Amino acid sequence: MSELVFYLLAAITVLCALGVITRPNPVHSALFLVMTLFMLAVFYIILEAHLVAALQIIVYAGAVMVLFLFVITLLNLKGDPDEPAHPLLRIVAYAVAATLAAGVAIVLMGDAGVVPGGAGAGAVLAEGFGGTRALARILFTDYLVAFELTSVLLLVAVVGAVVLAQREPVAEAPLTETGEDA
Amino acid sequence: MNPLPLNLLPPGADYAAVMPLLWAFAAAVLVLIAEMFWPYRSRRGVGWLTIAALLAIAVLGRAPSEAVYFGPIALDGFSGWCNGLLCLVAALSVLMSLDTLEVNGVTRGEYYPLLLFAVAGGMVMAAATDLVVMFLGLETMSMAVYVLAGMGKARRRSNEASLKYFLLGAFASAFMLYGIALLYSQAGSTDLAAMAGLAGEGGTSAVTRLGAALLLVGFGFKIAAVPFHLWAPDVYEGAPSPVTAFMATVVKAAAFAALLRSVLLAMPWVAGELQTPLWVAAAATMTVGNLAALRQRSLKRMLAFSSVAHTGYLAMAVVAGTSEAAAALLFYLAAYAAMNLGAFAVMMLLADRGRPAENISDLAGLGRARPLAALAMTVCMLSLTGIPPLGGFVAKVSLFGAVLDAGFYTLVVVAVLNSVLSAAYYLGVIRAMYFDDADSVAAGGASAASRVLPSRPALTVSILLAALAVVLIGLSPSPLLGSSLRALASVAGF
Repeated sequence: MSELVFYLLAAITVLCALGVITRPNPVHSALFLVMTLFMLAVFYIILEAHLVAALQIIVYAGAVMVLFLFVITLLNLKGDPDEPAHPLLRIVAYAVAATLAAGVAIVLMGDAGVVPGGAGAGAVLAEGFGGTRALARILFTDYLVAFELTSVLLLVAVVGAVVLAQREPVAEAPLTETGEDA
Repeated sequence: MNPLPLNLLPPGADYAAVMPLLWAFAAAVLVLIAEMFWPYRSRRGVGWLTIAALLAIAVLGRAPSEAVYFGPIALDGFSGWCNGLLCLVAALSVLMSLDTLEVNGVTRGEYYPLLLFAVAGGMVMAAATDLVVMFLGLETMSMAVYVLAGMGKARRRSNEASLKYFLLGAFASAFMLYGIALLYSQAGSTDLAAMAGLAGEGGTSAVTRLGAALLLVGFGFKIAAVPFHLWAPDVYEGAPSPVTAFMATVVKAAAFAALLRSVLLAMPWVAGELQTPLWVAAAATMTVGNLAALRQRSLKRMLAFSSVAHTGYLAMAVVAGTSEAAAALLFYLAAYAAMNLGAFAVMMLLADRGRPAENISDLAGLGRARPLAALAMTVCMLSLTGIPPLGGFVAKVSLFGAVLDAGFYTLVVVAVLNSVLSAAYYLGVIRAMYFDDADSVAAGGASAASRVLPSRPALTVSILLAALAVVLIGLSPSPLLGSSLRALASVAGF
């Protein structure tokens, strides 16, 4: 039964993901992405990872997607890109992507332990698994260094965003004409 | 339910292991704040502060005699060695950028803190004994370099370079994460210690091989190995030259350091299980890089392809998978950084009407206008070709020898043929400097003297330092070679 539900949900997720990359309208793509992220949250719940599922909806399906939609509407993107790729290039790209996806799928399906019902199924979970307390415990012990590094990464990203986004004050941008300014 | 333990530190954690990283991040933040209050006109003071910080970290980042750990961060001989290499090379690249940032369109002082963040990220990559932490270090470094590549904000090519590097880099990161996830699914942990055990009786599982392959694809992007090298020429050419020099040396060294620790040392089965694709990739990388470099008129683009070719030589060590090859790889990285920085520094001497002059033909007459710089360039080019007794020669001999000992005769033959091929374009640069003078002046071209930037002491010093390093490494390689061997011997379990 649970396998049936899994495959049904997986099919919906894949269809939504395909919608993200095939819709010409970026707003439609973004909405399909919301759906995909939402479906992933459902999988997290199936896996008993309740906190991750909640965060997935609040952060990704919520905050990040609102940001996406803002950017799309603010930039007023046209549906079609300026230079459509060469048709042959498109075919090659699709072929490579399809081969890669098929290869990954074959390897994963062929190996027990990755798909439900495989070797990993039926494992006994610790009490409180997937809750806030359990997650916090490993986040601030085993993954303390990774957690701190993530904050450094965010700091770098903020500095970088400010550097790239800030308009140059006119007086501060003397592009030298001769290169003999020093 | 038990309350959280008050002591959150991982068992056996020693703060000494993370001190170099803390110093590096602290230096980056300090320079970021200092830059805000520094008067705009004397911005190069921030550069000197950055150099001082990097030199200090190179000293503070040395490894203690006994390896210490802080959870997934190790300070052993290997990370100590890499800390030194990354900081010294970065310091040299900052020294050569002091004079050349403005002419390359970099007007913002955030260049220095971002560069320090990138170095700190690289140090994390070299020290991480956990794939997640290694990945975070890689992202920290990459994020900073994406922005650095775009710091010539008024130049379209710099913008393009930044965007291209960012998009392809993010793509590569996704591959790498997918690989890490698959390895986790098999090992039940992201700890490198668990990776060696993935090869049971009868080899590894298909999922493990797929995970390792995807991880290598991610690394392939970062080190610009064929077929994932397509971004390199455009990004190297579009980025401001000081940033390109940094990318070709520090970023590549950090990526190879992480590749060494997380794949070569932690997953010894990779060399066996994925031998054929790795072999083909290494041979293709050096051949494609050299063939493409032959056809370049732009010196910067030529150096970009030359960097791809050297990635191919370096990747042979991954194919061989022996500890001798790994030590030779470390040694090669140091020699390669010195000669490449020298070449970039001489290129940065040249400017044409306030724009950097980056074509090989712009070098015409440099031999007469700036004999010392031309000599340094000659040394670097000969070393890149692999002419004795320079650093590049010793590096090639030790690397090729180690790969030969591992039994890869054909691959070494391909590498030697490639080295001969590369002589054509490296020597072309020397010809341009010494023999093309009369032609270009007769054709009405500007003489080299008019293209050389007027008195740039910091740049001149950095050129001389780089050339001196190339010669010294070549004349007395044993201390550096010995230290790289010791660095590898210190990695636990190898």
